[in-house]
Amino acid sequence: MIAQTMSQEAAATPALRVRDLHAWYGHSHILHGISFDVAAGEVVALLGRNGSGRSTTLRAIMNLVGRREGSILVAGRETARLQPHHISRLGIGYCPEERGIFASLSCEENLLLPPRIRDEAMRDDEIYALFPNLLRRRDAPGTKLSGGEQQMLAIARILRTGARTLLLDEISEGLAPVIVDALFDLILKLRELGFTILLVEQNLHFTAPLADRFIVIERGKVALEVEARDLEASTAAIERLLGV
Amino acid sequence: MTILGLPIQVLFGQLTIGLINGSFYALLSLGLAIIFGLLNVINFAHGAFFMLGALAAWLALTVGGVNYWWALVLAPLVTGLFGIVVERLLLRRLQGLDHLYSLLFTFGLALAIEGTVRDIYGTSGLAYPVPAALRGPVDLGFMRLPAYRIWVVVVALVVCFGTWALIEKTRIGSYLRAGTENARLVQALGINVPLLVTLTYGFGVALAGLAGVLAAPIYQVQPQMGSSMLIIIFAVVVIGGLGSTMGTILTGLALGVIEGLAKVFYPQASSTVVFMIMVIVLLLRPAGLFGKEA
Repeated sequence: MIAQTMSQEAAATPALRVRDLHAWYGHSHILHGISFDVAAGEVVALLGRNGSGRSTTLRAIMNLVGRREGSILVAGRETARLQPHHISRLGIGYCPEERGIFASLSCEENLLLPPRIRDEAMRDDEIYALFPNLLRRRDAPGTKLSGGEQQMLAIARILRTGARTLLLDEISEGLAPVIVDALFDLILKLRELGFTILLVEQNLHFTAPLADRFIVIERGKVALEVEARDLEASTAAIERLLGV
Repeated sequence: MTILGLPIQVLFGQLTIGLINGSFYALLSLGLAIIFGLLNVINFAHGAFFMLGALAAWLALTVGGVNYWWALVLAPLVTGLFGIVVERLLLRRLQGLDHLYSLLFTFGLALAIEGTVRDIYGTSGLAYPVPAALRGPVDLGFMRLPAYRIWVVVVALVVCFGTWALIEKTRIGSYLRAGTENARLVQALGINVPLLVTLTYGFGVALAGLAGVLAAPIYQVQPQMGSSMLIIIFAVVVIGGLGSTMGTILTGLALGVIEGLAKVFYPQASSTVVFMIMVIVLLLRPAGLFGKEA
């Protein structure tokens, strides 16, 4: 009975709760009070034009911006004053827009770089089963990998830590259609495995079949929030905001 | 026997002196390069830490009766710990500011350390005896060399290549390499970068301390011993370029040898040859011989 109450409580605690988030780079005020929740196991797409503040939202969650204000709860825990490595250890995996593959490290060193944060994390052989390319290229220097391989590596690297909440920044950007398809299948699979995913995208087309919810950011604020079931009715409004 | 009209003893003698100087250059520039790579700090106090290593060995012997062999381990540790305290309490506060602040801070720190030592011990130099086991010459067949100098080269090479292996072949080394590229991202991937920064600074400073202990029996222990070395060390880092551990080590050794050869063939140039090479390298390859172009 108690266990049941607790698990209900756990389910009610969002994986991520962002409240009135402001962020600055130097003197530029980029985020102007963003608030949203991501429930455990939910896939949420953060949409918006270039420069709207989507990537900055992810960076602010990781405390990688110059200055931030507001509240960010990770699984119920306030992270406003935590350093990035402590935030990551709460179970958040961050995949930056530029992929962040280290040139002076081999493919495998890149993969093994982040420490494991949970015992139930995917084993190395499970990771390599999911990304067979990375096994073949394990000794290649990080920068000798193709764009697609680098993107797979950047995602594999955070899956291996055991993070259950993934912040993925523009993973489909600039890649060949066949790679984008593979990434699409990968996100679908992660979603089935119960990962919580916050997906920054410019492309509604890529995220439409993946996300449970769509949040459109405009000038550092949430302009629109749409549930998947209402997507069809709101597509025109979203596309207007995206300038499509 | 002569080579190029010079007695072979003279030539090899200068080559060996060059190799010994090169060993110090390699040890010191390695620490300087590692620190700059991760912390973005141009560590002007590096020469002062070198001197502190030598002074620690001298104090250990004169005050505590601690012999050379123990000093070889303890003095770098003490110097490294001092570096760690400096990083945690002072240098850390300048993080995120322009390079210039940490440069000025470490420059001031060097002046303060050297001034304090000069106040207490004067400038005349404190003699440190060569340990008994390494006194006397070793006959290499074609020439005789002081055993201590061979020892210095061997220790420096072992430590330099050990450091290379640590950086290039181990997990903690991969943290350092990745942190040198993008420290913020490494931290976002869950690695305790502030701790890595502290340990890296301590390690770089400990290398300088070790070089100081090795130098104590060769040079006199005196407050300026590091600052005269420091300018050449900076030139070594500029010539070698950042981003290659092996490149830094080899550049340090090579420049010592080139300096030695200059003393044989054109002594007037021996004190400037390093800087002439620096100018040429900067003109032809601004990122340095082994550096990665930005």
